[in-house]
Amino acid sequence: MRIGKHKITEVVEQSLYEVRKNIYARSVKGLFSSWRIIFIFLTQILYYGLPWINWNGRQAVLFDLIQRKFYIFGLVLWPQDVIYLTALLILSAFSLFLFTTIAGRLFCGYVCPQTVYSQMFMWIEHWIEGDRFARIRLDEQKWPWNIKKWRTKLSKHSLWLVISFLTGFTFIGFFTPIRELSKHFLELTLGPWQLFWFLFYSFATWGNAGFMREQVCKYMCPYARFQSVMVDQDTFVVTYDKLLGEPRGARNKASDQLQLGLGNCVNCSICVQVCPTGIDIRNGLQYMCIGCGACIDACNQVMEKINYPQGLIRYTSERAMLNRESSNLILRNLTRPRVLIYSLLIVICSIIFIKTLTTRNPLRVDVMRDRGSLGRVVQGGQIIENVYRLQIMNVSEKAMTVSLQAVGLDNLKVLDSTGKGFNNLVIKPVSNLLIPIKITLENTNQAANIYPIHIRIVGIYPQNSSIYEETVINEKSSFIIPKF
Amino acid sequence: MSDFIQGGWSLFIAAITIIGIMACIWLLFSQSKKSVEIDIDSNQIENNHVWDENLTELNNPLPRWWMWMFLISCLFGIGYLFLYPGLGSYPGSLNYSGQAEHQASIDDASVALKPIYERFASMTVEQVAKDTQAKEIGQRLFLSYCAQCHGSDAGGSTGFPNLTDQDFLYGGNIQAIETTIQKGRIGVMPSFIGIGDEKIIDLVSYLKNYSGPSRNQEQDQRGGLAFQQFCSACHGMDAKGNQILGAPNLTDDIWLYGGSEKSMKESIRNGRNGMMPAHENSISPEKMKILTAYVWSLSNQSKPEILERIQSNNPK
Repeated sequence: MRIGKHKITEVVEQSLYEVRKNIYARSVKGLFSSWRIIFIFLTQILYYGLPWINWNGRQAVLFDLIQRKFYIFGLVLWPQDVIYLTALLILSAFSLFLFTTIAGRLFCGYVCPQTVYSQMFMWIEHWIEGDRFARIRLDEQKWPWNIKKWRTKLSKHSLWLVISFLTGFTFIGFFTPIRELSKHFLELTLGPWQLFWFLFYSFATWGNAGFMREQVCKYMCPYARFQSVMVDQDTFVVTYDKLLGEPRGARNKASDQLQLGLGNCVNCSICVQVCPTGIDIRNGLQYMCIGCGACIDACNQVMEKINYPQGLIRYTSERAMLNRESSNLILRNLTRPRVLIYSLLIVICSIIFIKTLTTRNPLRVDVMRDRGSLGRVVQGGQIIENVYRLQIMNVSEKAMTVSLQAVGLDNLKVLDSTGKGFNNLVIKPVSNLLIPIKITLENTNQAANIYPIHIRIVGIYPQNSSIYEETVINEKSSFIIPKF
Repeated sequence: MSDFIQGGWSLFIAAITIIGIMACIWLLFSQSKKSVEIDIDSNQIENNHVWDENLTELNNPLPRWWMWMFLISCLFGIGYLFLYPGLGSYPGSLNYSGQAEHQASIDDASVALKPIYERFASMTVEQVAKDTQAKEIGQRLFLSYCAQCHGSDAGGSTGFPNLTDQDFLYGGNIQAIETTIQKGRIGVMPSFIGIGDEKIIDLVSYLKNYSGPSRNQEQDQRGGLAFQQFCSACHGMDAKGNQILGAPNLTDDIWLYGGSEKSMKESIRNGRNGMMPAHENSISPEKMKILTAYVWSLSNQSKPEILERIQSNNPK
């Protein structure tokens, strides 16, 4: 109602919360969904299969939290090696930055567990309940459910739970040997924490992939939000070509597009129906877009059917789309400064990471001076003794024979706590040894002082059956000659 | 609870906590809706502020479960404060304390370790001393409880006896060692500053005579007389000491406070106070047996055992 020029307004209450509207993503086939199938298989084979591989008579990949040792194939990482985890995280971060800068949220669309499990659950849903419209009809049916609804819902959830339990079981299999675990699992003798994490991780899989789905990306995931800052005008992202598509509108096959003044978009809304996050890509790039490319596949199918050129929605950059440049801009995309800088950083970090990891010394030593007694005078000053504790760690999986020397003053001797020299000190594989030692100096004419010395530890271990490898560590310490 | 000097502070903290939670719940509901003016014709929001040419305030609603999560967090807080200490000095209905939890974990550990210690219960201390596992446990116990003073190699230092030799102040048999660890020892050498420096010098000369060649016969004789007068009551006529008192043997060349003339003079002039703390309250009887056996073995081991002990590897 309008009186004169005055507008009529009313005050309404707007809720700042809304009940989530279920998204019934339509199933789609095409190039990008094939890529997703490949990636889902690769990641899942890796995840479910890795704990079953054995190496050197133990599980190849095992994160033993109780013994605080991480086994990754030939490598045994100790808590002291946490720096490698840092390096790995830095590498992962830079890789994420690089991929996002080049082609948007590739990680989200193809390998993120949230996407991967949601997609797997959607396949099951599609298989049991049918495609989009069948599912919408099924959910429209109100309480009480009929037999068919009970049957489909129960079978869907049973299959979901099978995957969830398998996922939860595999998860704890990375932390306790999975072969033993499967025995305990079948005998129903899981420990309380094993049971807890098994149920927790299974529940999280079921809930996140079955119910939360895109809400995890929209409301919880920090990566989803900060990846936006890596995207610029030259980043290849899922783009709706609005110059080609608009004005959109329905038409019949016979009518002339130009005469109607319409763009290529036939407004069939299939791109919206297939979207797992429920957005309309035609509104431009949005933070909810996980870059899965489902809309590209769907749109191309429609374009093919009506004999329009494909690529109304395609992977291209904003600049290329607006300037009508050819999509063959990959080279320019790849030679941007930020791409080059990220690549350079990845290369540098990888070199440092691989170099330090492969040349990691299997022998570690900590020297701790006894603080209670500094220098000890024995036999009226003929002998000066200093006492230390050595923590010798053998991080390799081979027994190591160790010899000890003290360097820095003439005639220093390294003795055990009973005053005997060391002979064939063997450190078992993946173990450490705490030993008290004393270093003695006989008949010295050195003045009372603190002298810097090195304790030289030489470890010998078999490289293979005939070749022995030698490793040397010089640990700094001090030798005190007291006044007496 | 003595966290607060006055009971009022406890109420103050409790009030702030409760008001804080209530305020959170109020905030949630008061901010869950907003009133907007809408043009009936165009269904557009009226009088909306516009910043920087085209920035307007729209409504991007959060999912409703997010609101329930917030509320559940508040209720969790209330439940927690009811069950656990947190509301001022109110101890919570579960009567939880960190100390009790720590004690429970110690109790759990001792139950878990019981079978290991049970094996040693029926053994004599000498047998325990020869057992490989007991030696490993003993060494770790020694490094925890004893090494700070006696050194990691048990070789002692000035004022702290060497435990690897045969010279024990209070006796080196198993019984004496156990008593020393359990009850502690207090060794007192009184100050003899009153006898004058001359006699002290004589005494040092006399005592040095036991472990080295005589330098001044006359001085030694005077020292000997002084020794019988002042020292023999504790150290004995033969200066071989008295293990009941903990008076050291002065005829060997082992000097707890150093064997130089300077430190010997100092010992006589100013006296010495040795202190071994009692451990019966901090070390359980099972561990005490293993530790006693370990300390006893330090001065009673055959040569092959020495090597074996040193080369024995810690399993972890």
